[in-house]
Amino acid sequence: MNIEIIAFGIAKDIIQGKSVAMNLALGATVSDVKKDLIRDYPDFQSLASLKLAVNAEYVSDDYILNENDEVVLIPPVSGG
Amino acid sequence: MKDIFITSERLDSKACTDAVIYPGAGGVVVFVGTVRNKTKGKKVLHLEFETYEKMALIEMQKIADEAKAKWSLDKMVIHHRTGLVPIGEEAVVIACSAAHRKEAFEACEYAIDTLKLSVPIWKKEIFEDGEVWVSAHP
Repeated sequence: MNIEIIAFGIAKDIIQGKSVAMNLALGATVSDVKKDLIRDYPDFQSLASLKLAVNAEYVSDDYILNENDEVVLIPPVSGG
Repeated sequence: MKDIFITSERLDSKACTDAVIYPGAGGVVVFVGTVRNKTKGKKVLHLEFETYEKMALIEMQKIADEAKAKWSLDKMVIHHRTGLVPIGEEAVVIACSAAHRKEAFEACEYAIDTLKLSVPIWKKEIFEDGEVWVSAHP
């Protein structure tokens, strides 16, 4: 399945764009996405943290992605 | 006025304060985060904030709901600015009121501490010779 992953903050700089399309196996988890991202963009490894949000909620690494999920990369937040 | 709000316009801490005052309140606490002109001695020109607005509003609402439940607050207002924010201007305003000051102080501190940990908002410091996403690296 194809999933568009949306980026904010420094994640946008790392992928050099607002989103990246990834082709994932059925049953792929958030953990799989992180592994692929680090393989394609090693700079993600240098971040203090890297979380994913699905449909505007934080999810854990074992979350199984669905084709229609809104997937967003959440690098370390720094509001306030 | 909306209690939970993100805007690229200037924030109004006075309006946020007025919004939480009610007859049963004995204490109103307001935290105003403003843009500082330097970081570790280095001159900052301005800040730029970016938000994943849909989720940021949800997370801000969660903070207000949790604070209201835990400290029996009547009201909490959280406003955050996005886009370019010049030195000295308000980047975030958190106002809350309670029957007594202790609850209001604790709730306000909890809200700003949690906002900095969980709300998907990112701050970039713009210097004369470059720019840095704050807290991105350990």
